[in-house]
Amino acid sequence: MTSATAFQPPDALQPVLTGLREHFPDAVVEVSGHRGEVTVELDRAHLVEVATWLRDDPAARFRLLADLSGTDYLKLDDRPERLCVDYHLYSFDHNARLRLKVRVSVEDPHVPTVTGVWATANWHEREVYDFFGVRFDGHPNLIRILMPEDWKGYPQRKDYPLGGVDVEYKGAHVPPPDTRRYRGGWTST
Amino acid sequence: MSELETPRLDRPTDELVDEAVVRPGEAHDLPPATAAEQVSLNERRAKQVIAMGGGDWAEVTARADAEDQDDVMVINMGPQHPSTHGVLRLVVTLRGEEVTSLQPVVGYLHTGIEKSTEFRTWVQGVTFVTRMDYLAPIFNETAYCLAVEKLLGIEAPPRAQALRVLMMELNRISSHLVWLATTGLELGALSMMLYGFREREEILDILEDVTGLRMNHAWVRPAGLSQDLPDGTEDKVRAFVRDMDGKVDEYETLLTNNPIWVERTRGIGELGLDQLIDLGVTGPMLRAAGLDHDLRKAEPYCGYEQYDFDVPTATGADVYARYRVRVAEMRESLKIVEQVLDSLPGGPVMLEDPKIAWPARLALGPDGLGNSPAHVRHIMGESMEALIHHFKMVTEGFKVPQGEVYVPVESPRGELGYHVVSDGGNLPYRVHVRDPSFVNLQSAAPMMEGRLLVADIIAALSSIDPVLGGVDR
Repeated sequence: MTSATAFQPPDALQPVLTGLREHFPDAVVEVSGHRGEVTVELDRAHLVEVATWLRDDPAARFRLLADLSGTDYLKLDDRPERLCVDYHLYSFDHNARLRLKVRVSVEDPHVPTVTGVWATANWHEREVYDFFGVRFDGHPNLIRILMPEDWKGYPQRKDYPLGGVDVEYKGAHVPPPDTRRYRGGWTST
Repeated sequence: MSELETPRLDRPTDELVDEAVVRPGEAHDLPPATAAEQVSLNERRAKQVIAMGGGDWAEVTARADAEDQDDVMVINMGPQHPSTHGVLRLVVTLRGEEVTSLQPVVGYLHTGIEKSTEFRTWVQGVTFVTRMDYLAPIFNETAYCLAVEKLLGIEAPPRAQALRVLMMELNRISSHLVWLATTGLELGALSMMLYGFREREEILDILEDVTGLRMNHAWVRPAGLSQDLPDGTEDKVRAFVRDMDGKVDEYETLLTNNPIWVERTRGIGELGLDQLIDLGVTGPMLRAAGLDHDLRKAEPYCGYEQYDFDVPTATGADVYARYRVRVAEMRESLKIVEQVLDSLPGGPVMLEDPKIAWPARLALGPDGLGNSPAHVRHIMGESMEALIHHFKMVTEGFKVPQGEVYVPVESPRGELGYHVVSDGGNLPYRVHVRDPSFVNLQSAAPMMEGRLLVADIIAALSSIDPVLGGVDR
């Protein structure tokens, strides 16, 4: 992504970004902007203290953790830290939004939990654990939430394939959509 | 493995699993029954720990056993219980009639929509997301399309924006009507159920007129709408708005001062503003606790800033306050619908950019939506280039520049957010949906534990208004 290009963050976020650089010079890996949205990538070791500061500091007051989601960057860039956790924050006081990002590798998928900062992170983190296998250290009840509890693997990782469907009629199998080829009728590769 | 054996619970072989990962029910696994045991079917069944799924059943029952009190009872509600608004399961621990703990178990309706969208074109994504929150499909479609449009750096034409608002507000009324109707039913106000569904049917008729379907519309598309309003719809909507105002009065006459309704809802399911924000709760629940936060005002989209409407709030933070807020919101939505009709701009409903817009002129026939006969004649009989273009746009679709956005809209249940990542290709790289039902449902336990009696679970849960299609995705 074009992180080097200069971008102008919204006015409401200027003091937040200044404060972040001032108080946590080691925590911020990268600040970037795209389509008017500001993303701050953080080092996971500092996540909880930065999150707490963002929630409580009068310049920020991001009291609402609007969303927490995961993304697998396997096919998007070459960094070994391919699992990404995104925190979408909203501040009622300043009517501003900010995205935090923490990247970890599949071999060491540990991120500290933010359930102590925003209680709503509880189910969100369970969901990201369920689909991406990110371990949120300190989470009170890190179990699968949407997939069956005996499921193996993390289905929304990019190397996890789609399943096809067995059909009773003549023992046919409908292949998953990404492996279908149209050859005068849908067939599997 | 015979079916009588103890079902195996989650046994990760992954050595990365650390102490923090709880494996529910593990302590309760009995050794597998062997043929040599020769016990009767019933005896063997009695020995089984039945893994109910969803995690904590064994743990909860064990805790109740450990307390060794005769008046502690663990009740499993759902996932097929009609009062749980879909396939929601509640594991409730009761001491007498008092709820001491409550655990919602979700996932029964998980269909992998987020993963599925990664294997379809950007336009096809609309048909998936509309199926999540099935009571508010237009909101799903609009939020998804706004996210795609933001990634593309485009905006739909003004007429499309206005029609989106029109349909969203009609949809908001129909969604609130289902809430009012089912909550009425559950608390014994059967007439409310009949009235609510009667009026909802009128809205669904309008939606069907416009989109061809009662739900799963796929009517909102990136860069605009699939088609314009058919002739006569404006009059129909006006007639509906005229009637509906009086109907809302009727509901209020029926319920607002009804002593049974007030008794069953006032003071039930209270949760303070700070706690609600901490739990990420948005929408009518937050407004019923006194905060006038509404994304239509705070971060207007689709031209909401042009319309004059209020954000109703209440201060009770209980089921009754949520009822008052939702009813007031229906009136505000009617106001917006009227204003949209009065100020409806002309022009196209799809961006006129051949690289993005759907190539076909769609027409609504007696058997649903399809290519218009004129368009079919053009591509099949007149222009080879048009045929090639049509084929490319329909099978491959358009490409979206690399990047990521998070776009929230105010759905009937709160902040419905789409976090969409593009790798620059013709398929979404990742679509994550922040569904308000999923987030708001977390407030069920703190709202009820240690505060409510078993009969109030229904009222309190219903006031969250969860739609499980959205929760489980």
